[in-house]
Amino acid sequence: MGESKDFDDSAALLEQVNRALESATPLRIQGANSKAFLGRIVGGEILDTRAHRGIVSYDPTELVISARCGTPLAELLAVLDASQQMLACEPPAFADDATVGGMIATGLSGPRRPWSGSVRDFVLGTRIITGHGKHLRFGGEVMKNVAGYDLSRLMTGSYGSLGVITEVSLKVLPKPRACLSLGLEMTCEQALLRLAEWGQQPLPISAACHDGRQLRLRLEGGKGSVAAAHDRLGGELIDSSFWADLNEQRLSFFDEDQPLWRLSVPLNTPPLNLPGEQWLDWGGAQRWLKSTAEEATIRKVVGEVGGHATCYSHGLIDEPFHPLAPALLHYHRQLKRQLDPRGIFNPGRLYAEL
Amino acid sequence: MNILYDEQVDGVLPDVDKAALLQALHRQWPDLEILHQLEELKPYECDGLSAYRTTPLLVVLPRHIDEVQGVLRICHERRVPVVARGAGTGLSGGALPLEKGVLLVMARFNNILQIDPEARTARVQPGVRNLAISQAAAPLGLYYAPDPSSQIACSIGGNVAENAGGVHCLKYGLTVHNLLKVEILTVDGEHLTLGSDALDSPGFDLLALFTGSEGLLGVITEVTVKLLPKPQTAKVLLAAFDSVEKAGRAVADIIAAGIIPGGLEMMDNLAIRAAEDFIHAGYPVDAEAILLCELDGVEADVHDDCARVRQVLEHAGATELRQARDEAERVRFWAGRKNAFPAVGRLSPDYYCMDGTIPRRELPGVLHAIAQLSAEYGLRVANVFHAGDGNMHPLILFDANQPGELERAEALGGKILEFCVKVGGSITGEHGVGREKINQMCAQFNRDELTLFHAVKAAFDPGGLLNPGKNIPTLHRCAEFGALHVHHGQLPFPELERF
Repeated sequence: MGESKDFDDSAALLEQVNRALESATPLRIQGANSKAFLGRIVGGEILDTRAHRGIVSYDPTELVISARCGTPLAELLAVLDASQQMLACEPPAFADDATVGGMIATGLSGPRRPWSGSVRDFVLGTRIITGHGKHLRFGGEVMKNVAGYDLSRLMTGSYGSLGVITEVSLKVLPKPRACLSLGLEMTCEQALLRLAEWGQQPLPISAACHDGRQLRLRLEGGKGSVAAAHDRLGGELIDSSFWADLNEQRLSFFDEDQPLWRLSVPLNTPPLNLPGEQWLDWGGAQRWLKSTAEEATIRKVVGEVGGHATCYSHGLIDEPFHPLAPALLHYHRQLKRQLDPRGIFNPGRLYAEL
Repeated sequence: MNILYDEQVDGVLPDVDKAALLQALHRQWPDLEILHQLEELKPYECDGLSAYRTTPLLVVLPRHIDEVQGVLRICHERRVPVVARGAGTGLSGGALPLEKGVLLVMARFNNILQIDPEARTARVQPGVRNLAISQAAAPLGLYYAPDPSSQIACSIGGNVAENAGGVHCLKYGLTVHNLLKVEILTVDGEHLTLGSDALDSPGFDLLALFTGSEGLLGVITEVTVKLLPKPQTAKVLLAAFDSVEKAGRAVADIIAAGIIPGGLEMMDNLAIRAAEDFIHAGYPVDAEAILLCELDGVEADVHDDCARVRQVLEHAGATELRQARDEAERVRFWAGRKNAFPAVGRLSPDYYCMDGTIPRRELPGVLHAIAQLSAEYGLRVANVFHAGDGNMHPLILFDANQPGELERAEALGGKILEFCVKVGGSITGEHGVGREKINQMCAQFNRDELTLFHAVKAAFDPGGLLNPGKNIPTLHRCAEFGALHVHHGQLPFPELERF
């Protein structure tokens, strides 16, 4: 577990937050900085979480792991792997030294997301340094807990703008016994039709991506169900490492020659009429778009189908996250004002008004 | 301390001119059904936690969302507290009315608006019953996974407000894991959409924040849930044990074998005997504990997993092991568990159902503590657990007609929950805090944590008009509660031993 590096640095983190509160100094909360390309460009004094690291508790039979925010995600995954367990939401790391804290703060999930749930679905509890300068605990290490408001899930994906996540407890799951990946030649339209049909049947699909030419599927489950599904669906076997390459954006599609957008849309949305290259991920619910189209055009087309668009090319536009409806923005501001009254946590990272 | 709203510790509520409010509502919404006479109000004086009753000021029964909006606006202008209620099946008094407040009944919004098989979603009004969604989706081979035991009656709006669970949570999650979108009205009647038809939405995860917020942040007017394909097959194993410790260890062994059962339930001897007497499910009445383990999914996998679980259970020392031979027997095995509450109810004039969660490894110690407390308070306790996810439902048997027994049952229940907190668990797994566990919140959270909860509330309802007194205790109440704890000798029932 790399115990020599395990260290409880929460007192120092709390002290820095309290100093920042006194002087109203904005803080830029940072782990390995692996996801800094997401969101607005912000300044502020760096609050480095990496010294606060280590797995606090892990009992495979409880299906729960608790870790400090600075723990490298790779370390946590290795510990789970040794017990044949996993984070079912497959969070992307985007760097070898990415931290658990960053994974929670951004809340990004991988290819298994539509079938297994997102990062927030697996968050059971957190410890947070608040905008009132306190180090508090919410939720816990139990699967079911409805005492009080669900602050742990609110913190997940809030890009550090409501507090510093210092520790998290996550539900983990056993790794599937069998896994194989298939490639099936078909158009994007055909792929969406087939996915809609298969989605209504108990098939062990755990990832589905279409690159414009081929539908790739991952099957996971017991040996019997995976073999039966393979017999039924046909297709050629492909290397399952494809999914990690997709998740980490290591495929050549993700080379930065054109702006990259993430489109989150309802599951059965037809191919979107936008210029550029489009990939389907999450069985159709997530689309990757490489396009020089105007921001307004992209947002309009995606908005019309009930989805939203995030710009993944750093610094390209001022507001990379999809704008909120005015009433919703109002309550976001209210929440920010209540939980971070001095506005010191990653101000402006998510939206200029927050 | 009394569970009913107490202005001294829960905060002073604005005085309301009932006649003027009634007139204002009538004037603006002449067709809105409003109950205001005592005999009409009586049926609404409690929810599923029937030991606690308060007659509401008024009951409104809107049929249109604009009426809900209108009621909220008028109440907001006049500073009248509003308590939203669905089917009224909640077990923690979350919909317990207020003498000075309007009870807003959402039960008439009972239309399923759309089922989309390709998107695998159902868009429904908040008063739609949980089971009705699965019934409507059944012809398409789909269902809605969360299945609280009240699913035949409870409404989806209430499920969202309480983040309801059920017996299949370990594998399929709670309500929060099975939602895409909710439409809500804020305290002043403003409409917000939380979540979206996509799998995520920009900004803070307000959908997660609102789920389980017990009607304190807004009123739910529409819900879009995820549907799942029905598992091809489900098989149930019943294992008997001569000690609850062994049964508890068997649960951990099943998980350690890499198996996530669809349902994994445990009952102790008192619960087994009660259920058997009532349902004749074929339970072994001499067993100290039984486990029911349901495996669901694709035929081939379920077959393999059954073999694995059988081996694990034998190894764990099961004294008897049975697999339901057919669907009829499977249903009968479950019927005993699903009717455990009413079955226990036949042993005693009243029972009080608790809802703590614990890390599973603490089970033997917690059961031991419950047995001790049971002896000390002179009340029997039957234990029923969602063993897979550590959610326990101790049922305290008492007789409300015996002076002091209800209070003793409450005190015993409180002690059990505080013990759950002590071992790293929670005072409520799925029933909610409501009014019932308002004092135990003071044991679960410290002053600063409660302050942050109040800050969240202030972001949405600064005037504190939505469901006041529920879910989050005032610091004043906790100070009083803490004082009770310090001065043991001054507790009610000084004749009782305590620890």
